[in-house]
Amino acid sequence: MKLMLVGEIREGALVAEVAELFGFARCLDAEVSMVLGGAAGDFPSFNGRLYCPDVENAFDMTYHKRLVLDAVEREQPDTVVFLHSSYGWEVAPRVAFAMQAAQVSGVTGIDDGGYVVESCNGKMRRTVRPLTTRAVLTIQPGAFAAVAVDGTPEVIAIDAEPDSVIEFLGCIQPEQEIDLSRTRAIVSAGRGVGSADQIDLVRALADALGGEIGASRPVVDAGWLERSRQVGTSGQSVSPALYVACGISGAIQHLAGMKGSGFVLAVNTDRDAPIGSVADVLAVADLAEFLPAMTAAIRERQ
Amino acid sequence: MNILVCIKQVPDMEGRFVPDASGSWFEEAGHVWRMNEYDACAVEEAVRLKEAPGVDARVTVLSIGPARVVETIRKALALGCDNGVHIDDPAAAERDPWQIASMIAGFAADRGFDLVFTGIQSEDRGSAQVGVLVAEQLGIACVTGITSLVLQDDSLTVERELEKGRRCQLRLKLPVLLTCQLGLNTPRYPTLPNIMKSKRSVLTVLRPEDTGAGEPRVSSEAFRPHERNMNVVVLEGDASTLALQVLALLDERGIISAQGGVR
Repeated sequence: MKLMLVGEIREGALVAEVAELFGFARCLDAEVSMVLGGAAGDFPSFNGRLYCPDVENAFDMTYHKRLVLDAVEREQPDTVVFLHSSYGWEVAPRVAFAMQAAQVSGVTGIDDGGYVVESCNGKMRRTVRPLTTRAVLTIQPGAFAAVAVDGTPEVIAIDAEPDSVIEFLGCIQPEQEIDLSRTRAIVSAGRGVGSADQIDLVRALADALGGEIGASRPVVDAGWLERSRQVGTSGQSVSPALYVACGISGAIQHLAGMKGSGFVLAVNTDRDAPIGSVADVLAVADLAEFLPAMTAAIRERQ
Repeated sequence: MNILVCIKQVPDMEGRFVPDASGSWFEEAGHVWRMNEYDACAVEEAVRLKEAPGVDARVTVLSIGPARVVETIRKALALGCDNGVHIDDPAAAERDPWQIASMIAGFAADRGFDLVFTGIQSEDRGSAQVGVLVAEQLGIACVTGITSLVLQDDSLTVERELEKGRRCQLRLKLPVLLTCQLGLNTPRYPTLPNIMKSKRSVLTVLRPEDTGAGEPRVSSEAFRPHERNMNVVVLEGDASTLALQVLALLDERGIISAQGGVR
């Protein structure tokens, strides 16, 4: 099998998850080439052809589509593999459309010629098979092991026409940085907390443990907590000794951000919630009752 | 301005999913159906645009699916959309993103939409392809995952979500397709008079043959729960007993110090 991996550059550097693209390729024992959307300071090391332009044109997605298609034309791969990221969401379907190829999004595993993807907010999974000879995939970050390969790529310069329809105005950095990456204990609130006033119960437990409060995406979107406390692929990656997931169902985007945690306690009323797949303990309980009880039990020692 | 909003009806994700006889999807019985939450943001944004001072817009809402999706189309009408289109397709759950996009594009072609909204993805399938494929089929510009939108004269300024809380700002001209990310807005609740009014609206009903669905490009099979984590300790019971049990476990694993802090 011949794979073309689509590397990614963010803020001038090669994205770490590119190593997971190589991990995916190893699972298939595939021959690999890569196309990169801009000139990174560091090229990925592997033995194969690397198609790359001299300049970075980070936010013009039509340009990126044309770039990938040019590399595909020269290399003729069976399958084009993106990360399931903001870049992959934009570019992969455009490339699949132009190639008249099937696309499988958010691949988390390989299943007898098909690809395993998550369904129903991570509660279920299914196997999707391309019915076209060529295919486009996006790989879920965190699903495949990062693999470091040796070698020096043969760099081939390519370029594409930019697009004048969409004008890039600039980037906005996240406001008010809260660094959760070195916190020993994180107690995170999910949609299951139910309302903004319940957040105090979560915060009380975080305080009792001497830790910080974190959040899953719906809580941040609802404005119950600052965006900078979000854990997951669109927020922070954390690795505390203790992670308490309160009313968090466990969508894979959240799990990818907290999988480095030592001990995971999940508190949820739904015992089938996917958070159970990464938890050490699942307490099936109502947060309004459990959180004060847990906080009191710890406070009793202090 | 002529606006199209594409919405999907999905089951509530708290429900219990049991594979159906074919094994490719789930048994529908017992599920509570509602609007895909990304699409709820799309409806809200379209209605806000329509309500903006000086904007003369008409919002068409479209959904593909069996008879049950009519309820969700009416919900969108109650929220402020002007007219509803139902592509009556009992086989919708088995369609792949290419076919769904082909039906939408088949409807939208030649109808002169200036702005098309979709959710960035569905909660049940999560493919995040349909919006972009519709735009490619229609030959219009597209931005995925928007978290902000401002209309000024005939140009739009949008923010698009990147990783780690970063966003980028883009300016573009109509026509355009935008896929909506959560956090774009907080969808409103419909008022009772609007709910009553929406029940009387006459929907445009089409069949898949009318718009063309094409051939699928992927097959989907073996719908199944996650493999169970055999190592998880499941605790149930009264909250204060549970708290003590959990604390004992944390002690046993050496995670909590005698003073209650995390080591």
